[in-house]
Amino acid sequence: MSDSQDKEQGKYRPLSYFQLMEISLRELLVEKGILTNAQVDAEVENMRSRTPERGARVVARAWVDPGFKTRLLQSGTKACEELGLDLPGLKLIAVENTPQVHNAIVCTLCSCYPRMLLGIPPDWYKSRNYRSRMVREPRAVLREFGLSIPPDVEVRVHDSTADMRYMVLPMRPAGTDGWSEGRLAALVSRDSMIGVAVPKGPND
Amino acid sequence: MSEARFKPGERVKVLKAYPPGHIRTPHYIRGCVGEVERICGAFPNPEELAQMRDGLPPQPLYRVRFLQKNIWPDYAGSPSDVLEVEIYQHWLEPA
Repeated sequence: MSDSQDKEQGKYRPLSYFQLMEISLRELLVEKGILTNAQVDAEVENMRSRTPERGARVVARAWVDPGFKTRLLQSGTKACEELGLDLPGLKLIAVENTPQVHNAIVCTLCSCYPRMLLGIPPDWYKSRNYRSRMVREPRAVLREFGLSIPPDVEVRVHDSTADMRYMVLPMRPAGTDGWSEGRLAALVSRDSMIGVAVPKGPND
Repeated sequence: MSEARFKPGERVKVLKAYPPGHIRTPHYIRGCVGEVERICGAFPNPEELAQMRDGLPPQPLYRVRFLQKNIWPDYAGSPSDVLEVEIYQHWLEPA
């Protein structure tokens, strides 16, 4: 149940440890003149404005433009800049799904995620369950997401442990010849760029 | 910057060490043998950064590819399944 629902129903819930820490730290920073409330609000708004649609634009461009795809696989960050996506601090590696290889992303140590392209990570991505099992039994985890990888396809899991961030470049669905970039981008879900799903088909 | 000791395609072994502190080498991969997939560049050593030091000289960072069956003896997937992990040079030795 969400906080706003709780509030409407007049239920009282004490702040969690981390909520309390966040408020205390924020108030101190503001009080000491290091940050203003307006700056904090602007940054939160900025984070919220990053959504997986950014990543989907990159995927759709790679599907229609082979030159862009080559550059994306060579240097993810530079290729994204071509699309006007400024990704400060993000060292992006795009990994390509093919009929022989299926890629998926995890961060076992914490929850590293290409936020600049995909926005805020889903809760399951940060869960101990996903983080520990994705490297140990990826095929079983993918089946739980509804994705069955044939035995003759190699499953390639990327544990994003250090400075790089990963994004899966999924395969273009069949039956989309001649589609515009915008229409293609609408097929690309967040989960397909993490590698726990594949893009929708033209009839899904 | 420390020079890159390994080239793509070279076989490397992850040190089986358990020092205290902030370590970016996951436990499960320590002691495993894999192959350098690419050199990602050089980055300040995170173990030093975590101690508020400058982390210099930057350490070469590798993406190393491991066969799943070499990591988990009872791995249930396909024998060609792989796992790729980023590992700093000072955690690698020739295999």
